[in-house]
Amino acid sequence: MKALRFVLPLAVFAAIAFFLLKGLDRDPRHVPSPLIGKPAPAVAVPVLGNAAQTWSPEQMRGQVWLLNVWGSWCAACQVEHPLLNQLAARQLAPVVGLAWKDAPEASQAWLARLGNPYTLSVSDRDGRAAIDWGVYGAPETFVIDKAGIVRDKHVGALTAEVIEQRLVPLIARLKAP
Amino acid sequence: MSQSGPLRREAELAPLDPAGQARLKALSEELRCLVCQNQTLADSHADLAIDLRDQVHELIAAGRSDAQIRQYMVERYGDFVLYKPPVQGNTALLWGGPFALLAVGGVVWALVQRRSRVAAAAAVAATPSERGRRLLDEP
Repeated sequence: MKALRFVLPLAVFAAIAFFLLKGLDRDPRHVPSPLIGKPAPAVAVPVLGNAAQTWSPEQMRGQVWLLNVWGSWCAACQVEHPLLNQLAARQLAPVVGLAWKDAPEASQAWLARLGNPYTLSVSDRDGRAAIDWGVYGAPETFVIDKAGIVRDKHVGALTAEVIEQRLVPLIARLKAP
Repeated sequence: MSQSGPLRREAELAPLDPAGQARLKALSEELRCLVCQNQTLADSHADLAIDLRDQVHELIAAGRSDAQIRQYMVERYGDFVLYKPPVQGNTALLWGGPFALLAVGGVVWALVQRRSRVAAAAAVAATPSERGRRLLDEP
């Protein structure tokens, strides 16, 4: 009983310290996507520069592909853009670019200026498609498998580390027959 | 977070009847703005919050129930959009934790009470002999 007097507060302190420490390296801005493990939302989006034509995720069936959500108004998108260009040059997987709440002219000007890493660009001018994808902050990058299931999502600018350690291995695994 | 030149929806929103407006207000107050996380959709002026509010508006106009609209948001943004988290497996600690702590506190309180009662009883029991000894010690 005597020992308990010392052990108990120490145990309580250790428990509190454990949770506080754990909280330190958790990003409160990271919201786990409920979409992971579920089919990609089947919303049709107009193709950038050709609004008469629409694109929907079903057209990517049978391929491992990436969806990158960006906008010409988004500063972090500009930061990750060179990395996207490099990734696209490696031709590991097609990258679809979804210009979120952006005027098509502005999106096109941006791609002309900074390079176009996208296999296909679509224009979600009013932001409806992005809501279906659960987008809350550009840039966001999704990995979708051959069966059309969303397998991963990265929120925020891609970094070389995220690409090499998360995306590339995942793409390789998903592409393996 | 502000974004330069965000585009508003082109489609005009159909006005809601007073009951619909009340529902829009109530739902906006229980859904979280994903951009500025400690504000509700009703409080927030973030672009996404406005879009999501418009989306709720449209869903109400389309005749969806409150439960369906909540479901719609959870399917896209996860349980995090709800200010009041649902009672389920991964929130058991959240909902049950305070009651568990209360129970632990109750047990500790009962133990302390019992111990002080025992100590008081012992003190009372010790008193007569103590007084006797003091009397004997007196010259």
